[in-house]
Amino acid sequence: MLLFAQLVNGLQLGSIYALIALGYSMVYGIIKLLNFAHGDVIMVGGYISLMIIATGTHPMVAVVMAVVGCALLAVMIYRLAYVPQGPTAPRLSLLIAAIGVSMLLQNLAQLIFSANIHSFPANDIIPMVIYSVGGVNISLASIMTIVSAVSSMAGLTLLVHKTKTGQAMLAVSEDTGAAQLMGVNVRSIVTFTFAIGAGLAGIGSILYCVRFPIVSPMMGALPGLKAFVAAVLGGIGSIPGAMIGGFAIGLFEALVNSAGLSTWTDGIVFAILIVVLLVRPTGFMGPSMAEKV
Amino acid sequence: MKEFRIPMPARYGINLALIAMFLITGNGVMTSGMLSRAQGAIVIEVGIFIILAVSLNVVAGYLGQLPLGHAGFMAVGAYSAAIFWRSDVLSGVPSIIGGLLVAGLMAAIFGIIIGIPALRLKGDYLAIITLGFGEIIRVVIINLPQITGGTPGLLNIPRHTNFLLLYVCVIITCAVIHMMMKSRHGRAILSLRENEIAAESCGVKTTYYKVMAFSLSAFFAGVAGAFYAGTLGMLTPGPFNFMKSINILVMVVLGGMGSMMGSVIAASILTALPLLMQGLNDYRLIIYALMLIIVMIFKPSGLMGTYDFSLSRILEKAGNWMMTRGDKKGGVA
Repeated sequence: MLLFAQLVNGLQLGSIYALIALGYSMVYGIIKLLNFAHGDVIMVGGYISLMIIATGTHPMVAVVMAVVGCALLAVMIYRLAYVPQGPTAPRLSLLIAAIGVSMLLQNLAQLIFSANIHSFPANDIIPMVIYSVGGVNISLASIMTIVSAVSSMAGLTLLVHKTKTGQAMLAVSEDTGAAQLMGVNVRSIVTFTFAIGAGLAGIGSILYCVRFPIVSPMMGALPGLKAFVAAVLGGIGSIPGAMIGGFAIGLFEALVNSAGLSTWTDGIVFAILIVVLLVRPTGFMGPSMAEKV
Repeated sequence: MKEFRIPMPARYGINLALIAMFLITGNGVMTSGMLSRAQGAIVIEVGIFIILAVSLNVVAGYLGQLPLGHAGFMAVGAYSAAIFWRSDVLSGVPSIIGGLLVAGLMAAIFGIIIGIPALRLKGDYLAIITLGFGEIIRVVIINLPQITGGTPGLLNIPRHTNFLLLYVCVIITCAVIHMMMKSRHGRAILSLRENEIAAESCGVKTTYYKVMAFSLSAFFAGVAGAFYAGTLGMLTPGPFNFMKSINILVMVVLGGMGSMMGSVIAASILTALPLLMQGLNDYRLIIYALMLIIVMIFKPSGLMGTYDFSLSRILEKAGNWMMTRGDKKGGVA
């Protein structure tokens, strides 16, 4: 029974991590950039929904605005910080720029909203209802989180496989040069990828705030890092991999916590990551690397 | 025409004289009370970060990998030194030197333990795995309260750090790494950066040299950690997080990967920046972040590129210029 409750808990956390991990993975798949600013997009999403709920509008408006706001922010980051470096920029300088953007967002948030923790009105978005299923208490929030995450992921899968834009995204991530020759506008596809990834992170940020109802300038760092681990675990660059990795990390965490080792959680998550990378360096679903000599 | 060259012994002489001058003036300024307490602390912090940046540069700049767990090695060194100093095994100067060596050796051992599995991977995967190890070291420190004091930390660590000792170690670090990179071992490490497959087919032992660079880098990070412990007098696991590793990496990249002088300058400027911008307290980190992005857009190779400073070379150039001028005059007459 306890195990079942932990399983639900793990799935809830895992679906949040999976949503955030998708953004990391899609961006990496296309421009080979570890987008460290992605975690802070979550934080911005949290503040946007917090402010809109505070004005008394319908919570759904807050959700939509957070998603749109995150997507716009990511497009701005891409256009202002990454594009000016040119198409042949060394990957390390893109990485450092991403770190710069991350610090910029954190400190701007600190300047505007102060470093204090704000509590998030989770009940306004998903009311606090608890169902008892065979003696196990499951909250509505858990169910809603899992359902909305899974349906967003299904939507993404449809988008990628059934639409022309999605096919273009796959083509660009497979071979940017060839895609360009076939008439794909690479820059707008990358922009679109950033927007989609950040939009999913926006949904993730609201679900995260429902699970841990506080908003602070530094709140994005931890889920960002965990989701990043999830993306790598599943095979960075792979969309189904990010989903599997996210759920795996969520379940691991719930299991470790239920074993009473909560202070070891982060260490164990990273240890699993290391073992997986050593056995299968490209993650669960990543492409196998053949090296040409 | 014969080129003007300064003979080797004289080059060493010039360098030694400069170093001695720097240490004596620095020590004089620090002990005279001209600097406020906060300014003195910044000078010490600059020294610690120079060691960290120069040592990270071995792996990031010369070996061409991207490590994200340097703070982990620093933590290992800091805790080793703190535990050694608190235990009173030795006393006086041997204890201080012993603590620094223990810190460096422990960090180097961790560097080897982590390096052997991690260096099987390349590029981003290596970066991620070092990040993972760095975080694991921190979690282990938090969870071993009997040895490390856990989250509340270790208190009453003897404050052994002072200007002279720290900057002598800064100079030793730079000198050792400089000489190392000019030796055949250093050349082997550079060849791995340029083309690993070509290097391997020329008989360079790739794993050996990678682990060597990794543990050398870890050794000095450990020494820097010891100084950090000796400055604060207390240690908590909090500061040795991922952001610390990132801050050190930023110094290396901003200074120019593979330029020791770049690392030294970037470490000094970025550490002293808070002091220089005291008036703009709220905007300080925003300016810092914007600066990072702007430098990456306009000068992605870092401020110094791979240029390294040599006073002797500048003197030689000046000498050559003087001599050619002299020749021309002679020709006219």
